Amino acid sequence: MEMSMQIINFKINDQKTTLEVPGHMTLLHMIREELALTGTKNGCEAGECGACTVLVDGEPVNSCLVLAVECDGAEIFTVEGLTENGELEQLQRTFMTLNAIQCGFCTPGMLISAYALLKRNPHPSELEIREALVGNLCRCTGYERIIQAVQHAVKE
Amino acid sequence: MTNPLPRLPKFEYIRLDTIESTLAFLKTHARNARPFLGGTDTFVGLRDRRFKVDYLVDLKHLEGFDVLTFDADQGLTIGAAVSLNQVIASSDVQRVYPVLDQAARYVGGYQLRNRATLVGNLCNASPCGDTIGPSILYGGEAHILGQEGKRVVPLVDFFLGPGKTVLSEAEIVQSIHFPIPPAQNQGVYVCIGRTQLADLAIAGVTVLAYPDDGCPSGFCFQIALSAVAPTVILVEEAQALLSAGPIALSTLEDAAQIASAQCQPIDDIRASKNYRREMVYRLTLRALLEVWDALQ
Repeated sequence: MEMSMQIINFKINDQKTTLEVPGHMTLLHMIREELALTGTKNGCEAGECGACTVLVDGEPVNSCLVLAVECDGAEIFTVEGLTENGELEQLQRTFMTLNAIQCGFCTPGMLISAYALLKRNPHPSELEIREALVGNLCRCTGYERIIQAVQHAVKE
Repeated sequence: MTNPLPRLPKFEYIRLDTIESTLAFLKTHARNARPFLGGTDTFVGLRDRRFKVDYLVDLKHLEGFDVLTFDADQGLTIGAAVSLNQVIASSDVQRVYPVLDQAARYVGGYQLRNRATLVGNLCNASPCGDTIGPSILYGGEAHILGQEGKRVVPLVDFFLGPGKTVLSEAEIVQSIHFPIPPAQNQGVYVCIGRTQLADLAIAGVTVLAYPDDGCPSGFCFQIALSAVAPTVILVEEAQALLSAGPIALSTLEDAAQIASAQCQPIDDIRASKNYRREMVYRLTLRALLEVWDALQ
């Protein structure tokens, strides 16, 4: 069967972009392979690990479970968008200073989920932080330092 | 070596303007098209080659599919495109259908629930679907559209087996409607998974009860069990016991025992049959104690 391509227009990290994509391409593959934004990680491709979390129209989603064609007209925000003019975002700084990173593979997804949490709830409790990050798996840190890093970002 | 992360197979993405053209497309391509909403189950199934399609038909933009409305007389309507996070965020759901809110929070992580929908969770018909028990006990009805017209099926009659519902290939669910629940009702959803949140349930129990003068005990109880039979099941014998006479701790224990005896659990990667049966006893008793306490 011949697959048709579809033209989509969207904004990614505030940049207007137009791409031609096949219907079965996921947002994750578009971000990593068409746009070469490899900060967003491919962990499980099943919505289990959260490493591919990005914002679509301000809300976090597993980009492995969204089709690129569904993002026509959308605003997409990836971990690369957190840094402005070389200046790290608050969460990125507290993740670094509190050593909330070991191998780093889960970090972009953690940052995006935490960033989205603080946007909708600027003063979350520890339980609310844990609930917001439940869809982001980390196999290195044991989570404690990640939770602490988010708490510190709230304070600062 | 097989690729542990195979990509989505090739398919065409179909998004038609109207309900009529969507239904006609599904009818014409009944064998190789599949409707989808959030895609959280559909994409994983496609990736794992559990089913094959040439066309994936998006329903989210269709007229009326995004409604979430509540009326103090008519009840609650949740459209097929409404995400679980929207259900959770609804103050009407929290206030009038709190058990549905409670169960929805167990589904996946926050980012998954931005895509996952209540209607998708129901149509996927997993025996362990968290929202199924509460949706049945609140008297939910599926509003189904097909080329032959519209039909309404109570959710208690909707599920036929794992992944199987009464929907024919070319039918889609437009919304779920819930009537106003009985006055002074109390309910709870309790479940156990390998982790506290986000994991699939090993066993789940929903209890909804309310004062009812028609019952000798003065109360009507409904009990639904998830993840321990091919579909979510109601434990009618235990419900009858709790309606029949005065309720004491021993009555609640007997009802939990009946639930444990009547479930049909399986051994799988998440738990053994015996463990599930034991957990059904514990969870049912816990749920009944909590609800009984709140009723008094």
